[in-house]
Amino acid sequence: MSSENAYYIPHDAKWPIVGSVGLTLLLGGFANELNGSTSASSVMAVGFLVLVYMMFGWFGEVIAESETGTYRHVEDASFRMGMAWFIFSEVMFFAVFFGALFYIRVFSVPWLAGEGVGVSTNEFLWPNFEATWPTNGPGDVGGEYQKMGAWGLPAINTLLLLTSGVTCTWAHWGLIANKRKQLIVGLALTVLLGFAFVGLQALEYSHGYQELNLTLGSGVYGSTFYMLTGFHGFHVTVGAIMLTVMLFRSMKGHFTPENHFAFEASAWYWHFVDVVWLGLFIFVYWL
Amino acid sequence: MTTVTETHDDHHDHGPAKGLMRWVTTTNHKDIGTLYLIFALIMFMIGGAMAMVIRLELFQPGMQFIDPSFFNQMTTVHALVMIFGGVMPAFVGLANWMLPIMIGGPDMALPRMNNWSFWILPFAFAMLLGTFFMDGGAPASGWTIYPPLVLQGGNGFPFMIFAIHMMGISSVMGAINVIVTILNMRAPGMTLMKMPLFVWTWFITAYLLIAVMPVLAGGVTMLLTDKFYDTTFFNAAGGGDPVLFQHIFWFFGHPEVYILILPAFGVVSEIIPTFARKPLFGYSSMVYATSSIAFLSFIVWAHHMFTVGMPLQGELFFMYATMLIAVPTGVKVFNWVSTMWKGSMTFETPMLFAIGFVIMFTIGGFSGLMLAIAPADFQYHDTYFVVAHFHYVLVTGAIYAIMASAYYWLPKWTGNMYNERHGQIHFWISTVSVNVLFFPQHFLGLAGMPRRIPDYSIQFAEFNMWSSIGGFVFGLSQVFFCYIVYKTIKGGEKATDQVWEGANGLEWTLSSPPPYHSFTTAPVIK
Repeated sequence: MSSENAYYIPHDAKWPIVGSVGLTLLLGGFANELNGSTSASSVMAVGFLVLVYMMFGWFGEVIAESETGTYRHVEDASFRMGMAWFIFSEVMFFAVFFGALFYIRVFSVPWLAGEGVGVSTNEFLWPNFEATWPTNGPGDVGGEYQKMGAWGLPAINTLLLLTSGVTCTWAHWGLIANKRKQLIVGLALTVLLGFAFVGLQALEYSHGYQELNLTLGSGVYGSTFYMLTGFHGFHVTVGAIMLTVMLFRSMKGHFTPENHFAFEASAWYWHFVDVVWLGLFIFVYWL
Repeated sequence: MTTVTETHDDHHDHGPAKGLMRWVTTTNHKDIGTLYLIFALIMFMIGGAMAMVIRLELFQPGMQFIDPSFFNQMTTVHALVMIFGGVMPAFVGLANWMLPIMIGGPDMALPRMNNWSFWILPFAFAMLLGTFFMDGGAPASGWTIYPPLVLQGGNGFPFMIFAIHMMGISSVMGAINVIVTILNMRAPGMTLMKMPLFVWTWFITAYLLIAVMPVLAGGVTMLLTDKFYDTTFFNAAGGGDPVLFQHIFWFFGHPEVYILILPAFGVVSEIIPTFARKPLFGYSSMVYATSSIAFLSFIVWAHHMFTVGMPLQGELFFMYATMLIAVPTGVKVFNWVSTMWKGSMTFETPMLFAIGFVIMFTIGGFSGLMLAIAPADFQYHDTYFVVAHFHYVLVTGAIYAIMASAYYWLPKWTGNMYNERHGQIHFWISTVSVNVLFFPQHFLGLAGMPRRIPDYSIQFAEFNMWSSIGGFVFGLSQVFFCYIVYKTIKGGEKATDQVWEGANGLEWTLSSPPPYHSFTTAPVIK
């Protein structure tokens, strides 16, 4: 075999160390900020900018390699598997928050109300507490609040996100059939729907904070509600940014019907946040 | 049987770059493996120094040298450093060095990401160890970081949380790389069931890592928001439950202990056949046993929490599920013993450590079975019996396997043989001292001495003194190990390609040390 067929091993990776410095500045600054330092937020900002710089540099290098035909089927397979396993790790990250929600609803709240093994906890510590959902606990943490309804903004958001899944797939069909216009229009619609989702989510949060008195501190309902939807919203934002990059790349003429890993990875990620949202809609908003 | 054809590769093979930047920007699996191994050794010595402080304080009853708060910081950070900085990076280093060679691949599948997985670690540990110099000191809640205790920590708390996040990112990227390498980079003919067991055990370990590191990340994020953002995940007043954190932590923690031990199983399964000069007994049963252990590791976590007040059904389920693990583990131990049965055995240092592993890991396994019995655990829980148990499985288990693989592969890595006599001395001093160190702790625990306490009542004095003496000797003998490694890197008798008479596998077909790029052309496996 000649060297043209050898697996592509890049040399001199300078971006990882930049990423490490950025990550350390960001998180170290954040920790200092949490400890009450006043100047730490500028360290955080620098760290964030370094990370953005790293991503531009690193992805830029990979995109350039891709466009010059460095990657063939075998490298492509590595990228695909890598992305698939990364999404699996994300699934597990959301699983722990869903798990916490289920544990709280099925076990800890009923136990606090005296069910099963919780009899004495209830009798001696929280004698008047009755299990309900949602709840801010026997200590009425965060004061009076109202539940976030399922059939207002969240239902609209469900529609937006499901539609965006369809437009994303439609764009993919366009890419495979070499219909560039369909690809670009489909992607643009997907990005639009994605950012519309994020915008409505922000609206919903301000409704929660200002009108329902539902905050992160509203007991365990507030905690699970904002942490689950918040991390999901963050992932939607990241996914929408990824798709925006794909949109710009499509407009520059990147991707071929055979070779478009980056597009597919972003699409997989998008479908993943879509599925997580369905779980959220059912278990956080609806039931 | 393997055939290797070397071809000249004119535009890839420049060899390593010069100077410090070689190590910072490298994408070479051997360089990164070396970085991981050196990092792990440094962390092993730092964590070891903390253990020495612990044993010094416990040498006699009463408060001698350090105050209780610092003692708790020592136990906490000792564990975090040894687990996340010592054992895990050591095995990732071994994986980096050996996996591509063992499967006949050119390198790891995602070389740039490989670099980043390593280069996050020094920053993460700088952050963790930096907490010693902050207001309130390092985290002192035990490595299990249970709330509400951990939330009462000082300024070090958020730094510890973020350090754990960074270690998690590093581990997940490393694990993804391992899986993709194994699935995508095997030489033609290297079918899954022909892979060396070290490759198999790492494959399964990597799966466990990807499954549970994000769970830990989620758990510590909840700790962070509970402390700083008014959430009440672990606060009963708000409807949460501190026990929820224990469930989350051990859902990560139990697979984590198999993450620490499965690659050790793999290493031992490589070494014993070499020095018994027989093929591994029951190869496929080893693969299935490893998979079963991985599966079971997800449904046994609450055996760490028997005394927390779980419903009876929970206690019973987790007790029986835990005992089931003895079956596949027993399969492994019997396979190792059967491999040695009627073999022409020789006892070079790697084999000594491997046999030491089999015997002493089994002791740790048996004390684990005792702990698995829920009603008995009510007596042992949080005593020195637990400490003795997990040090038998982690020190004489995981770390012995790492020592064994260091001696086994050092000649391959450096091209030089280590001094066999020194290796033997290291093994025997370590093995005697480690038993003096940890065996008495079983008795201390059965008699009721609690763990993580800097002082103890007078009747525990004698065993503690023995344990401390064993600890100091064991610590010193690891300094000797560092010397042996240093001497071997510097020079020594030249190693042959085969190195060990009975060694089989692709790594022994390459020169010692191997070329900078291992298999630029894939070998054909028949």
